[in-house]
Amino acid sequence: MPTIVVEVMPKAEILDPQGKAVAGALVRLDRSEFTSVRIGKRFELTVDGPITADLLAEARAIANDLLANTVIEDVIYVGEARGADGSQTAAEGA
Amino acid sequence: MRVGVITFPGSLDDRDAQRAVKLGGAVPVALWHGDHDLKNVDAIVLPGGFSYGDYLRAGAIAAHSPIMSEVIAAANGGMPVLGICNGFQILVESHLLPGGLVRNDHGDFVCRDQKLRVENIDTAWSNGFKEDEEIIIPLKNGEGGYIADQETLDRLEGEGQVVFRYLEINPNGSANDIAGISNARGNVVGLMPHPEHATEPGFGPDTRVAMRSGTDGLTFFTSAITSLMANA
Repeated sequence: MPTIVVEVMPKAEILDPQGKAVAGALVRLDRSEFTSVRIGKRFELTVDGPITADLLAEARAIANDLLANTVIEDVIYVGEARGADGSQTAAEGA
Repeated sequence: MRVGVITFPGSLDDRDAQRAVKLGGAVPVALWHGDHDLKNVDAIVLPGGFSYGDYLRAGAIAAHSPIMSEVIAAANGGMPVLGICNGFQILVESHLLPGGLVRNDHGDFVCRDQKLRVENIDTAWSNGFKEDEEIIIPLKNGEGGYIADQETLDRLEGEGQVVFRYLEINPNGSANDIAGISNARGNVVGLMPHPEHATEPGFGPDTRVAMRSGTDGLTFFTSAITSLMANA
C-alpha cells in the first residue's frame, strides 16, 4: 500500500531525556564515537490509491495540526516512504 | 453554580475533581469527551489522568475531542476553565494557554507534596488566596516540564500570567520554576500540581498541624464560585 511518512523530532533546544538515556547506554557499552542521541517519531499514513500532491498537502496539514506540537517539536519530513539510504521505496507493499 | 468535569478515556482524577467541586460548594456535572454538550455549566474542570493513553503526546488527542470545540468557545467567551495536570496539557495542546509541556528533565515520574507560591490572585481560580501565599498540594507527573520560547516567557512574566511557581524544588525542570499559568483574561488557568487532592482533611498533604490535614486546594474551587458570583 502506498505510504506517506511523517517524521517529527523534538526541537534542538529541548532536552530529550530518552535520547540522553540511550546516549548514556552507548557510553557504558564503550561506543563513545556517538556523542549524542535524539529520539523522534515516525508516522506511517497508508492510503488506498496513489500518493498525490493533494494527499501530501493534507498530510503536511495533519502533521502540523495533530502529529506534532510545533511549540516543542519540528516536522522534519513529510513524503513517500524512503529507504535507509534515502531512496524511494516504491515497491514497498507491492 | 454548576461546574462541569470532563471525563476523557484515560482520565483518572475526574471523580476527585467532582468531589472537590462539591466540597467547594458547587454542583459537579459529569461531562463526556464524545459529546457536544456542556449541560449549561458555569465553569469547567479538565481533570488529570492520561487521556487517550497520552499516546501521541500528553493531551494532544484530547485537545481534538468533540467536546473541546465547545470548551474552546466557552473559554474564549470568558467561562472559567481549570486544567489540572493532564488537563493543563490539554489546554496548551488546544492553544487556550501558550507554551508546551515536555517530559521531566530527570526522566522519572515524580510524586510529592509540592510547595507553591501563588503569584497572581486576580484569576478565576486563585482569587481566594492571599498575594504571595505559600500553599502545598500534591504533584504527580511524568511530563510536567513547562516550556515556551523566550518571548512567550517574557510576556507571561511581564503580564503576571504566571499564577503558581514551584518553591524549594523544581520537580520537573519547568522554565522559570513555572507551575501554573493563566490566559490574559484570567479565566483559563492550568497547572501541573493537583488541587483536587488537597480539599478534605484526612486525605491531603501533611501539614505542621497534623498528618494529611492540608486543604489548600479547596481555595481553587471556592475561588471559581466567588468569580462567578461577582460576574453574575
